[in-house]
Amino acid sequence: MKGTAPGDPESGRTSGRPRGGPGSTTRETTGPDGPDGPDLAGYVRSLFDRLRGGELGAVPVVVSLLVIWIVFQSLNHNFLSPRNVSNIGVDITGPGLIALGVVFVLLLGEMDLSVGSVSGLAAAIFAVMNVNHGVPEWLAIISALLAGAAIGTLQGFFFVRLGVPAFVVTLAGLLAWNGLMLYVLGASGTIDLDEQGGVVALTNRYIHSAALAYGLAMLGTGTFLAVSYRDSRMRRSAGMAARPVWAIAERAVGIAVPAFAAAWILDRYRGVPVSLLVFLAFIVGLDFVLRRTTYGRRIFATGGDLEASRRSGVNVTWTRVSAFTVSGTLAAVGGLFLASRVASVGQTSGSSTLLIDAIAAAVIGGVSLFGGRGTTWSALLGILVIQSIASGMILLGVQTAVQYMVTGSVLFGAVVLDSLSRHSQKVHRLT
Amino acid sequence: MASTPVLALHGVCKRFGAVQALTDVELEIRAGEVVALVGDSGAGKSTLAKAITGAGPADEGVIEWQGRPASIQRPRDAQDLGIAAVYQDLALCENLDVVANLFLGHEIARAGVLDEIAMERHALELEPLALLSKEPPSVRGVVASLSAGQRQTVAICRAILSRPELLVLDEPTAALGVEQSGRFLDLVERLRDSGTAIMLISHNLGDVKAVADQAAVLRHGRNNGFFDVPSTPQEQIVSSITGVTDNAVTQRTTKTWEDML
Repeated sequence: MKGTAPGDPESGRTSGRPRGGPGSTTRETTGPDGPDGPDLAGYVRSLFDRLRGGELGAVPVVVSLLVIWIVFQSLNHNFLSPRNVSNIGVDITGPGLIALGVVFVLLLGEMDLSVGSVSGLAAAIFAVMNVNHGVPEWLAIISALLAGAAIGTLQGFFFVRLGVPAFVVTLAGLLAWNGLMLYVLGASGTIDLDEQGGVVALTNRYIHSAALAYGLAMLGTGTFLAVSYRDSRMRRSAGMAARPVWAIAERAVGIAVPAFAAAWILDRYRGVPVSLLVFLAFIVGLDFVLRRTTYGRRIFATGGDLEASRRSGVNVTWTRVSAFTVSGTLAAVGGLFLASRVASVGQTSGSSTLLIDAIAAAVIGGVSLFGGRGTTWSALLGILVIQSIASGMILLGVQTAVQYMVTGSVLFGAVVLDSLSRHSQKVHRLT
Repeated sequence: MASTPVLALHGVCKRFGAVQALTDVELEIRAGEVVALVGDSGAGKSTLAKAITGAGPADEGVIEWQGRPASIQRPRDAQDLGIAAVYQDLALCENLDVVANLFLGHEIARAGVLDEIAMERHALELEPLALLSKEPPSVRGVVASLSAGQRQTVAICRAILSRPELLVLDEPTAALGVEQSGRFLDLVERLRDSGTAIMLISHNLGDVKAVADQAAVLRHGRNNGFFDVPSTPQEQIVSSITGVTDNAVTQRTTKTWEDML
């Protein structure tokens, strides 16, 4: 009976399917991806394969960051001075935290245009409660964050359950929440924060201790190595191929070099900014959530293929709403950092430039606009690019006009790369 | 064969706007039985499969699971009953790797933290993963980089992984090679012998003849006959599919089979 089936001469339709090329062609392109071993040739080959396959990862943004730094440093020697680097390190935290929330929404392949306004509104809620009404700072902070979370959830609900495009829901939010912020701020217009308060301290405290700065750099690299070692050992004992040594080495260097460089340069000014530490803690924590937890896996799955995720039994409704909740909450956190930086909340808080910076940062950092691809580190790298350009332009005394054009070009470049990389992955698959 | 069916459908209807896709469909599947669902293109086979798996719930009708009425409104409902499926479009997330796809929605985790090693070990132990594609996919390879055959293999493995009581297979061999299709049919027989109920949708009457016990024919979204496959001549099934006993297509197809057998 079995003999009848395999000899099926009708199988011409198999190759007639669009994706179903005959096995012979796919065999070559898939290539050997078993354990390559730690040899250098294998490393180079796999690197080449990855680049050809459109897996550029952080390479383009790191390269453009280096180019930007070299160019500005050669034009003005103060650009990479400890003082300026330290300032950039603090300036990136507010928009960077907002960008971090945008990463979650972009991973779904959606857009949140309200984050700028939400950050301003959260800051206004905090200021009015704390300064005008004397509510304890912690309570005012929690209220501001809850407001951000509630707004995000509400927008996510309208998007997911009622099917209104997220773009439109959050565009309405952009206007409405900005209006609400102006209403909350009332006649006074600008509210100065308590100079002695914790929120102001967020961005003007530094920990000046070489031991701490280098210790953190060491801790970061060490933790990565320890986790990789433990993972390798567990895989070996389970009889599975471990991650090649070169892959671990590549990443360890990628962590150690910037970490120690940052420790060295920050230590030469006022030490490690507390705000930067908080920002990094958010990035590391949410990176863990996205890559190592069931929740993160489902965010990626839903962003990659909504229908496939739904059929796999993923609760796509809650997954998608929650990404907007995260986005709203982090916008509120970022809003508090921004207010802290200028020690006040005013009518220009949460401006549209902030929104553009946050979204551009996530995209420049390598989060795909098509969903399902990106990391929380993209927010850091992207906002570094944007703040570096802004800071360099100010040092050079160039007009904002030029700054916008340069940032716009970088953003455009990032989007083109994203599209090309997606295209190349598709072509790669079809050949 | 007199046992209670694992799944019984009574009067299932499904509409898409003005199109009546399914009308009063009846179907019974028992444990340890392969029921082939056959019909021409657009007969409603995939629509019926999706009504069973919850991917596209039925509008009307009764679905009985092991003799009791069950409500299947979402894929999760069907999975909780013990129904797994290989969809015609495979329904894999291309941006995730093979392991992630195999366990999507049913990840092995401790306190919400994924246990990648346990999942990968299970994936490596999956025999069909190695058997069903010409070149076994790397379990850590991203689905976007897999060939059509490898993807189909992943989809099949995912369905089997949950040890379902009812396995719905919608054109499961469409992208498999000839030899691999043969192995797949062996696998279907093994699953059947271990008591799994299987619903096989296939255009390929060779596959149907090889493994199916019963064939249910759909035509224009309605039942158009049930056949005991081993004792029924193929022409009869084909004519039930096309609705015509004597036309060029039937004649031609029948001849091809005879040559083949």
